[in-house]
Amino acid sequence: MTENNGFGKEHDSGAGLRLKTGLAEMLKGGVIMDVMNVAQARIAEESGAVAVMALERVPAMIRAEGGVARMASPRLIKEIMAACTIPVMAKARIGHFAEAQILQSLGVDFIDESEVLTPADEQHHIDKHAFTTPFVCGAKNLGEALRRISEGAAMIRTKGEPGTGDVVHAVTHMRTIVREIKALTVLREDELYAAAKNLQAPYELVRMVAKAGKLPVPNFSAGGIATPADASLMMQLGAETIFVGSGIFMKEGGTPLDIEKSDDERKEAISRARAIVLATLHYDDPKIVAEASEAVIGNMKGLAAAAIEEKNLMQTRGW
Amino acid sequence: MTPPSPAVGVLALQGAFETHARRLAELGADASLVRKPGQLATLDALVIPGGESTTFLKHLERAGFYDALNQFVHSKPVFGTCAGCILLAREVTNPQQPSLGALDIAVERNAYGRQNDSTILTAETTLPGGPLEMVFIRAPRITRISDNIEVLAKRDDSPVLIRQGRILASTFHPELGDDPRVHQLFLNIVRRSMS
Repeated sequence: MTENNGFGKEHDSGAGLRLKTGLAEMLKGGVIMDVMNVAQARIAEESGAVAVMALERVPAMIRAEGGVARMASPRLIKEIMAACTIPVMAKARIGHFAEAQILQSLGVDFIDESEVLTPADEQHHIDKHAFTTPFVCGAKNLGEALRRISEGAAMIRTKGEPGTGDVVHAVTHMRTIVREIKALTVLREDELYAAAKNLQAPYELVRMVAKAGKLPVPNFSAGGIATPADASLMMQLGAETIFVGSGIFMKEGGTPLDIEKSDDERKEAISRARAIVLATLHYDDPKIVAEASEAVIGNMKGLAAAAIEEKNLMQTRGW
Repeated sequence: MTPPSPAVGVLALQGAFETHARRLAELGADASLVRKPGQLATLDALVIPGGESTTFLKHLERAGFYDALNQFVHSKPVFGTCAGCILLAREVTNPQQPSLGALDIAVERNAYGRQNDSTILTAETTLPGGPLEMVFIRAPRITRISDNIEVLAKRDDSPVLIRQGRILASTFHPELGDDPRVHQLFLNIVRRSMS
């Protein structure tokens, strides 16, 4: 079956897209955690994560250490896949379709075409219709979200500013997307053509969003979410699921908690993971978010996003 | 006289709760989301949706939720899809994990493989109205059933839609398709239990 429904290419049939967004649907209301090894993946699953993101270095480490950040080693990804029963995601560089092909062949459940890694293409994102594995992509605004969806993304997440522990840009991006969606819903039919031009997004998708009042794929939140209160904030602003990158397993700057050798640091990681899972479920009950916050031992030190020079921002990668 | 709308909760710890609630409301049920054990008290029936069963179990550890749910599924109509079917089973494998034991079946998690093996099939079932579309996502497989289980649909030789009295379960996702027949069947079970 093929159909051209505004999502772009005919070779990604309606059935394929439904399976992709279907898995995203199963992740709603949960927490997806960045993990760098099997021990962290086990803690994530035991703490109630709905999926893990397997990567070599979390954003805070990439930020601290610099260098080119690439797809994780297939060996690491396979180890984590073998250790977990929940879905495993992995990141490919923006535009690096060969990395994405490798991830698909490994059998990862979701590919994140991510600005956290060093972009491989300054003009083109991956043609995600060409894959059976679903993709998630970051966005700062509605136009960017719809461009990614037209390329085949089955899930959108706010970009925020990864690796900072500063939620301010995740908030800005979520508010922007929600506001721009609302603005579309009050337009006349004949105003949607110009809206599509201004958003630099396909008209068919713009019309779909104007009619439904929401994105045609699930809308998750990422980028600087570090505490139970941050998770509650993003859920109240309209996020359907929370990605936590450096907020669980990092100590200070680029140093991870030593969960294998230090019992205290292991307990600290577990306390943060459990608390954020609890706060994401009960995001609208401040008493339970308070209970979750109280149970947290320590926290990621963080880095104020405002102090980062423009050229060092990750969110401006991609278009 | 129109019969009263059954109060059907959807366990909303995580997963595909919204699509279930929407479908139930379209079919005339009074649908609500259940995130706390106290919310079970006023319900006529419950849907346990797809999602991650390990996450559900983690959330159920808190505030006496597991016991309250356990009591509910052993006394009222329940419909479990995918992870919900896993939670209702007597025995879970790959790996072993706790479950409510309301359905006399054994279930193997992620039995068909990973997301790349997820698929949409159309097959005959015992439901009237022709073939049924079935969306399988990282689906479990029912590996054993006892004699009191009615099999309504199969994939190869494995049951994928089953009924044991007031309990209905599927390893696929009827809430992700357009066909309302499986939810309709569940609401018929619910209405019958109320009269």
